[in-house]
Formats: sequence, structure tokens, C-alpha cells
Amino acid sequence: MTTFVDIGALSDVPQQGARVVKTVQGCIAVFRTADDRVFALEDRCPHKGGPLSEGIVHGTSVTCPLHNWVFDMNSGEAQGADEGAVRTYPIRVENGRILISAELMARRAA
Amino acid sequence: MKKKLVVIGAGMASGRMLEQLFDAAPDAYEVTLFNGEPRGNYNRLMLSPVLSGEKTYEDIVTHDDDWYRANGVDCRFGEPVVKIDRKNRIVYSNKGGAPYDALVIATGSAPFIIPVVGKELPGVVTYRDLEDTHAMIDAGVAGKDAVVIGGGLLGLEAAAGMAARGAKVTVIHIMGHLMERQLDPAAGYLLKKDLEKRGITVHCKGATKAIMGHDRAEAVLLEDGTVYPADLVCMAVGIRPETRLANDAHLEVERGIVVDDAMRTSDPHIFALGECVEHRKQLFGLVAPLYDQAKVLAKTLLDQAAEFVPVQTATKLKVTGCDLFSAGDFAEGEGREDIVFRDPGRGIYKRLVLQDNRIIGVVMYGETGDGNWFYGLMKDGTDISEMRETLIFGPAFQGGSKLDPMAAVAALPPEAEICGCNGVSKGVIMDAVAGGACTLDQMRACTKASASCGTCTGLVQQIMAFALGGEVNEAPAGMCKCSDHTHEDVRRLIKVMGLKSIPAVMQELGWKTVGGCHSCRPALNYYLLAEYPLEYKDDRQSRFVNERNHANIQKDGTYSVVPRMWGGVTTPAELRAIADAADKYNVPMVKVTGGQRIDLLGVRKEDLPHMWADLNAAGMVSGAAYSKGLRTVKTCVGKEFCRVGTQDSTGLGIKLEKLMWGSWTPHKLKLGVSGCPRNCAEATCKDIGVVCVDSGYNISIGGAAGMEVKETEHLASTPSEEETIQIILAVTQLYRENGKYLDRIWKWMAKVGLDWIKAQVVDDLENRRALVERFEISQSVYRTDPWAELSTPAETPKWGPLADLTLEAAE
Repeated sequence: MTTFVDIGALSDVPQQGARVVKTVQGCIAVFRTADDRVFALEDRCPHKGGPLSEGIVHGTSVTCPLHNWVFDMNSGEAQGADEGAVRTYPIRVENGRILISAELMARRAA
Repeated sequence: MKKKLVVIGAGMASGRMLEQLFDAAPDAYEVTLFNGEPRGNYNRLMLSPVLSGEKTYEDIVTHDDDWYRANGVDCRFGEPVVKIDRKNRIVYSNKGGAPYDALVIATGSAPFIIPVVGKELPGVVTYRDLEDTHAMIDAGVAGKDAVVIGGGLLGLEAAAGMAARGAKVTVIHIMGHLMERQLDPAAGYLLKKDLEKRGITVHCKGATKAIMGHDRAEAVLLEDGTVYPADLVCMAVGIRPETRLANDAHLEVERGIVVDDAMRTSDPHIFALGECVEHRKQLFGLVAPLYDQAKVLAKTLLDQAAEFVPVQTATKLKVTGCDLFSAGDFAEGEGREDIVFRDPGRGIYKRLVLQDNRIIGVVMYGETGDGNWFYGLMKDGTDISEMRETLIFGPAFQGGSKLDPMAAVAALPPEAEICGCNGVSKGVIMDAVAGGACTLDQMRACTKASASCGTCTGLVQQIMAFALGGEVNEAPAGMCKCSDHTHEDVRRLIKVMGLKSIPAVMQELGWKTVGGCHSCRPALNYYLLAEYPLEYKDDRQSRFVNERNHANIQKDGTYSVVPRMWGGVTTPAELRAIADAADKYNVPMVKVTGGQRIDLLGVRKEDLPHMWADLNAAGMVSGAAYSKGLRTVKTCVGKEFCRVGTQDSTGLGIKLEKLMWGSWTPHKLKLGVSGCPRNCAEATCKDIGVVCVDSGYNISIGGAAGMEVKETEHLASTPSEEETIQIILAVTQLYRENGKYLDRIWKWMAKVGLDWIKAQVVDDLENRRALVERFEISQSVYRTDPWAELSTPAETPKWGPLADLTLEAAE
């Protein structure tokens, strides 16, 4: 069973925006949609390493700021003609706080 | 016994009237026909092909001697009528009299001669009848200089005719664009371009001051001092009804001979029709209403009830190769909407003016095949709301339950040119698809179709979809996959429907995706802030990373920081502060930019607000090197230091930058001000450039020095620095209000035409003032430094990570 750790308030992440969480496994992008859902994705585009956290968030998709690859935040899969995926991590909101999988505190992915 | 009908004037109107009369009642009247010209009726509409040599007089005769003889008409050709004796009902010509029971006056019109010095010189002609036409032909115009005064229908036909006979023709027109009664400025511009292609010089806004010459015309002098050599001067500035006989006979005459709905004058035995009449305060110059009058008058003469009701008429120019169509009313006004289609590559322009879902005006240029269909809808007052989306594409697109743009694409022949910039035909695109190109990028890579100006992109996509057998929805002509509306439509609807937020736009315009995409969101954000500068709040989350973070992201996720240096001028203190910042934040590279700024590359995101605060403290603000907005005003040192400088170019550049900084525009906006024509600031490849000269300032726009390299085109010249600034602010605002998102000025200019821009910001002073005012309103919000706003203690933490789990993991 996944255990969760508090990383901040929902209001710390702008709607249709993202913030970064630093982990030993690399940077994680924490996204908040227009309807207050949150997603956690590896903050590194498989194409050229662009920071997805700086992309434009639309619906439950995000566009990489470097070359416009579009990722579905549910699956981490690249959309359209582009092929590739980023890792996704368990994340949820409770009482206005964002909780992320505690495995990210480990030195290596479980 | 037959009644006696006398007709004065054997023109097209009376000719048609006689035809109708003889058809209906061949024996009702014994007709006597007087004509000043020594011939009968011919088709005056065909004078221009006669002038150009494409036709002869014989080709255009409508009623020959046999026709008159067969109908028993007593022809008195070459006998001008001198008097009407109403009391005894007798008409007198220079040769004798003719009694009448009914008299028809059809004296037509006479050319208007502008009262300038030299108007009576030999070599000055008018263009109205066969005599005029032959005078021009006989003058042997080949190789000679001809000036046509008047850029209306007649003048242009005369000009084209003489050009076809080898004359060097200049058209002088007093208004801002050609055929202003039939065309709007955009179509007038295309017409001018086509005429210029044929070697005809067009001088608009030219007022004739005098025709110069000793014993014959030699040149035409304009009010602005321009002189055009002229062996032949043709006056075609307009016509006035020929009413002298009616006047002398004391009939009621206003501008024309006044007639009632039955075409009767104030004398019950006298009728009139054609260009000489005035009906309900209206005069007539086109042939369609004259034929209607002929029909009515024929009935009236046969004691049948008939009523003349003038209808809207359409105009076509009879110049081979200049395809234009105009009908109705096309002035802009309250409650009126436009549907506009432009294809600059092919020189096509179509505009429908709508009011209450009905067409009230049509202007078409370059492709007029659907003109009569639109004209029909207009005359019938058809409600077009059902077909509005595809209306502009004409009847081929209408009908059936679902509107199908594919049908029209399928119908195009393989040789139809789709991409005018790169000369790519439909066949080439189809072949490329067969060869494996199935995305727009691939298509552009292998055929260059739509790779230049991009205006044909929608069409290319449709042809690809057709070739691939795909659904129309897979190749939307809309602004992106989220909407079928074009940028232009969205922008118009934002305004018309008063939509003031991105969600409102998406809801009301039926967005097909939830939150749009990276392509439409920035565009919508721009359109909204441009339309509602005071009410709309800029949406940072709809901005591309560089504009959201006010710095340019680099390939490794670091940023570059560029402080503003007004006009490219800096100080030792500023340079020290920049050097200190570079040291403090371990900037790996310091580089001078092409826009005369200093770039600090490789800054970490969390350091941005700290660096900004330091630079702010030294008096510097964001250089906006990341924005679709004002970037830089590049200057040379100008006359303050330079030995050849003519004006204070540095000072002007700084003034412009201080006024314009912070403004958002459809794409980036770069300015240059050079102090002399040596142009050290490279102003002529900027979006807006100023090149100073001894007498003042030359303003030009539409340059580029990126993927496209373009030289600016001249917009205006003025001796005044203040006016230079006003024009630049106005053209910027015009671009802000009309430009498609991500179109640089040169692209926008290719769509709307430089002449239109000139008319808006150079010629129309009131409009210029209004534009500047609106720019200023917007700047009252946006002339601020984002660095200062985003580096406050409250904002600074947001630039760092939300959490750092590496620390906790280490514990």
C-alpha cells in the first residue's frame, strides 16, 4: 500500500500550472488542473529533456515548452505522432493539502 | 391614323424602348428618331473594346439601317434637335421640324469638364461616344504619353484601352482609391496593382491644377506639384444629364429631367428616359435601370399601367484581366458585419456586407464568378443565417443537409494553384500524399505548399484530408484542433459577442476540447487583452513559458535575462550592476544581442527574482526579450555625435521605447531608428523602421530579418518627430487590433494591404488619434515592469521548488 507525504497546500500550485518537487530520483512536476485535480509526472520530457512543469496545461494534458510534445497526465504517454512516456506517481489532495507517494523519498524507485 | 412619336436621341435606352414598343404594338406609332451623332444605336458599353482594338464599330452596332427601315422609323441622324415647341407640339432640328403626339427625350448625358486652365487645348478629349473613341484612336497613341483624369469606371476603361494601343498611361484620381463608388479600399488596392502590372501609372489623391501646353496639351500639373507629360488628356471625371433642350422648353428639371413612375415629364405629352432623367431624386448611369425604364415607357406609350422601380445594380469593370464585381452598399456602419475572404497570393478579395442576416453589399476582386449569385441573394433579401459559415465560398458550397467544404476541394482541377507563394498545384499535393506525406510539416518539407505566407494552409489541409480519405474534422480550417473558427472569426466574435474571458470564448464558440491547447490559449489570451485592456486580466497560465516567466528558457531549462537599455544606451553604473549580477549568480555567458542589449545566459529559475531585484535596484527593468510585444528599439548615435547624422535618432528611439515598452502585440515587435540613410541601425529590416533624412523622418514597416528577410515598405514621411511618434503608435495599435496572433507586421501587411494601413494611420487623422488613444489606454495597464511585480517577498518563493524531498531523504 502506498504511503503518502505532505508536500504543500493545493493553493501553492496555480490552476492550470505546476510546481516542482525535488527528489533524489530527479525533479517531479506537480500539476493542478482548472478543476483542481493534481498529477505528478517526471519533469523531464523524453524527447530533449524539457521541463514539463513549465508547459501549458490544458484539460488533463501538458505541452512541453521546448518542442510542443503533448503528454496525457493520466498516463504519462506522449500524444499524437510523438512516441514516448514519462513516469507518473501517485498523488492526491486531502483537506487542501497535496500528498505525494512516499516512495519518492527513497533513494531508488521501488 | 397612326399617332406620331418623336424620339430625341438614339442611345441604348431609347433603342430598347423602341424594341419593346414595336414588339408589343408594331402599328401604334409612326416614329421619327433624331440623333446628334450621325448614326443609330450602338452598344456604348462596348466602347472600351473598340478603343483597345479588340472590336470595331461594326461589331457593336445594335440597330442597323435595315432594322430602322423594317420598323418604318424616319431616321434623322446627324440632326441635333435645337428646340421643342410644346404649344404646337413640334420638334425642330437644325434642318427642319417634326410634329408629335408623344415626345420622348433621351438625350443621355454629357461628360463633365473640370474647369482648369488648358481644358480647351487640342489633345484634351472626353470619353463618351464613338467620336471620342475615334479621336483617341486617331491621335495614334502608341508610344505617346496619355493622362486620364478620373479613376472611375469610364476613366479606367479609357486608360486600359489606350494602354492596349501602346500608350504610356497615367491615371489621376482625386480620391484615395480607384472606383471608390463601387469598391472599398482593399479591392481598390488590388485593382491598382493589376493596372500597374499593365504598365499604367496610378496617382490617387491627385487633384488636377492645370493642363499645360502652347498650342496643344503637353503635360498635366497636379496641386501637389507633380507633372505628368501628356500628348493626350482624357477627362473622365463624371457625367451630367444632358438637359438643355428640356430646360429651354421649361420642363421641370432638377439635376436631370424630372419624371414620374410612368416616365412622364411635367408635360403630359412629353416623356423622358435614360441618363438624362431624374426619378425620385435619383440619377442613373448604369444600363440595367435604363432598360427597366425602357420597358416601363413602352407600356406607358401604349396606355398600359406601368411603374418604374429602381433596384440595386451591380457593376463589372470591362477591362480584360481586371475581374471585379460590386453591388449594393459596402460602407461600414452600425449593425453591419463583414465576411471577408482574402487570398493575397492570387490577388483575390471578396467581401460581403451583412445587416440583419441579409446581404446588403458585395465587393469582389480577382474572382467574381459567384457575383451574380450573391447579387441575387441581395436583391431578394434572402436570410443567409443558415449558410453563413460557408456563404463566402459561393453556391458550390450550399445545399444538401450538411455543408461540405470537401465537395469544392474535390471539384478543383489538378492544375489549380493552391500555394501561390511556391507555385504548388492541387495535383502536386495529391501526388505528395500518395508518396507518403501525411502531415502538414511533411507536406511543407517535400512540396513547400503553405510553407511561406501560410494563407493557403487550410486549403492544403483540406486537399490532404481529401486525398487521405479522411473526415473533414481531421483537417479543420479553424485556429487549431480545438475550434473550427478561424483566428479572424474568433477575434470578431469576441468583440461582437462581448466575450471577456477564455472560458467564455470556449463555451460560447463551442470549443471541442476542455481547456484548449498550447496553440489557441496564448492566442485567446492575446485577443482578449487587446480587446479589453482595462477589464481583462492577463492569464499567465495561458502564456508560453518565456512570457510567463519573463525570461527565455534555454535548452537545459535555465533562463536568459536581458535588462532593458532604452534605445541601446547604457551607463557605467548599469554596466557595473550587470557585471555584479553576472558574478553573483554565476552566469556562464554574457553576450551582446542583435538588438543592442546585454544577455545573461544560464540563470537558474529560482535565482530569477533575486537577480531581477538587484537589476531593479540599479534602475533597470525587464527588456522583454521574451515577449510577443515590444522588444527593442535599435538606434544609431544620430546627429548628437555622428558627423553625418541628420536627426537625433537615439533620442527618438528612446522616446519610442519609453512609450511602447510593456505593450503586447500579435508577435514580437522590433524597431530601428537610423540617423541618416546609411542606416547603421538597420531600420529597414525591422517591423517598424525610421530612417532620418535632412528634411525629417521616413517611416517604413513590414521588414524582417529572420527565416524571412524582407525590406520594409514606405508608410509615411514627415518633417515632425512628434508626428513620427504618433504614426508609429497608431500603426502599432492597428496591428494590435487587427493582426492575427503570431503574424509579424509583414505578414499582416500582406493580408490587409499597405494602402489600407496608410489610409488608417497616415491619411485619416481622426482615426490616427483614436488609435493612439486606444494604445495609450492599454499602456496605462501594461507599461509596468513584471520583474518588479514578481520579485516581491510574497512572489519570490514561488520561483523555487514546492518541496525538496532530497533533504528529508537524507535525514
